[in-house]
Amino acid sequence: MKKKIVHIITYFLFILFALIIIFPLIWMVITGFKTNQELFLSPFSLPETWHWENYVNAWNKGIGVYLSNSVIITVAATALSTFLSCLAAYPLSRLKFKTKKLWVYLILGGLMLAPQSSLISLFKMVKIAGLYDTRISLILIDAAFRIPFATFLIMTFYKSISYSLDESAYIDGATTWQIFVKIMLPLSKPIIASCSIVSFRAVWNELMFANVLLQSTDKKTVPVGLMNFQGMTTTNWTLVISSMVIASLPLIIAFLLLQKQFVRGLTAGSVKG
Amino acid sequence: MRKDNKRTIALYMFPAILMIIVLLYLPIFINLYESFFSWGAMSSSHKFVGIGNYIKMFKDEVFYTALKNNMIFMIMSVIFQIGLSLIIANTLESKFMRKTQNIFQSIYFIPSLLMVTVVGIAFKMICSPSIGIINPLLELIGINAENIDLLGNAGSATFSIAAMSQWQYIGYTVVLFVVAIQNIPADLYEAADIDGASAIKKFFYITLPEIKDTILINMIITITGSIREYDEVFVTTNGGPGYASETLATYLYKVGFRNDQMGYASAIAFFIFIVTFAIGLLQMKGYQLDE
Repeated sequence: MKKKIVHIITYFLFILFALIIIFPLIWMVITGFKTNQELFLSPFSLPETWHWENYVNAWNKGIGVYLSNSVIITVAATALSTFLSCLAAYPLSRLKFKTKKLWVYLILGGLMLAPQSSLISLFKMVKIAGLYDTRISLILIDAAFRIPFATFLIMTFYKSISYSLDESAYIDGATTWQIFVKIMLPLSKPIIASCSIVSFRAVWNELMFANVLLQSTDKKTVPVGLMNFQGMTTTNWTLVISSMVIASLPLIIAFLLLQKQFVRGLTAGSVKG
Repeated sequence: MRKDNKRTIALYMFPAILMIIVLLYLPIFINLYESFFSWGAMSSSHKFVGIGNYIKMFKDEVFYTALKNNMIFMIMSVIFQIGLSLIIANTLESKFMRKTQNIFQSIYFIPSLLMVTVVGIAFKMICSPSIGIINPLLELIGINAENIDLLGNAGSATFSIAAMSQWQYIGYTVVLFVVAIQNIPADLYEAADIDGASAIKKFFYITLPEIKDTILINMIITITGSIREYDEVFVTTNGGPGYASETLATYLYKVGFRNDQMGYASAIAFFIFIVTFAIGLLQMKGYQLDE
């Protein structure tokens, strides 16, 4: 009996917590359909008519451009960092050479460097290189900051693959490159997927560098674009909200479709075993 | 493993190493060098001031306000994203919750998929005394909300932003801990059940020791994250009102890019580097790289 009461109370608390999590999200989606007057006068009620055109407006007023910029930058940075990490992880986990430890420490040491402490100097470097306000500068920087963790994940995975595979391939006269392309890469599909998800999420959310390095409106990413949007249309809050709902959809849809890979990717590295 | 010629090995690693050296390590050294000068992006003067910027920093009241706010973020994050989240994960894993575990876990996880910008702007609206819903809600339960402006008042701004951050990320660490607990061999619990151990005993004597590596790594990630804290504050209050909710990183941004005191900003940046690097060394230990 006592146990049952504890269980009921626990359920009650978990449901309450779920409501706290979900209520702001529902409020956002519903507010996206309202007019500005409704937002001010009746914040809790449903909209009188559902204004789907808010979402069309949001798309046309800029969120569409920001989204495509974000996709370009995120896909490029994720692909670049994952590919370079696969390459670097290969000799570091499967080949023998003297200075290996030094390179492992150099790459993984990057995990300890806060991007915040490089903001000023990277800004200066980008300006001197003449790459200010270009997507390529952001792609390179975002990719570089993803390499240490990606290399760590992929290295750990490569180490778990049996070495007899390479041995027999060597005997058949294969080069390391053939082994890398024909054995390692196909075997590492799951870790490449997890790795890409981790990097994608990080670059997709990146605000600080994007805010400092890009200036023209047609190059801005979603996080920076939303900030401007909010400044530009101070009176039109519902437009801001509907833009935010649109901006949130890609990752939520990806999560619903790839739940397993998501959880594996996000837990890799901080959960052992 | 086989010995390979050095050139092949170098070719594999070259692109990654080049990017890391140029874009991750070099900026730290440039930053240290620049922190000894007084300079700005808009002006051409570049004057050597020695450790002047550092002296200025340790005399600057806002620096201490920022440091205090970083601490608030840190303490709240450890309490919620480690403490509470462990309790939630452990409860979700107990037998009577198994059936509903997935639903709760997925709901709690959703906010961590949103951009900080989205969460921040939405939170700003929710807290706003004119268009928000927090103040009307408080009025509903009989609290006079006239003077309440969660993000607008110096006393409540940092706590509110930190609370928002917990709302966003607690589900993420819950999932991490659930996965870690699921990796514990089941026979440990079975043996404890035979001995008649209570749920609380099992939590302290089996679960915690078995997942201590995961806890340690997440603790370090959470702590360094709080010292790096930038996004949430930048989006919601941008350090205001006044400098009340400034963190080290938002302050360095403001000093550098608004006040154009790039040298001083570099000194603050170097301080962040030293602190996070020291804690990061612990993280490396957590990963046990030597193995």
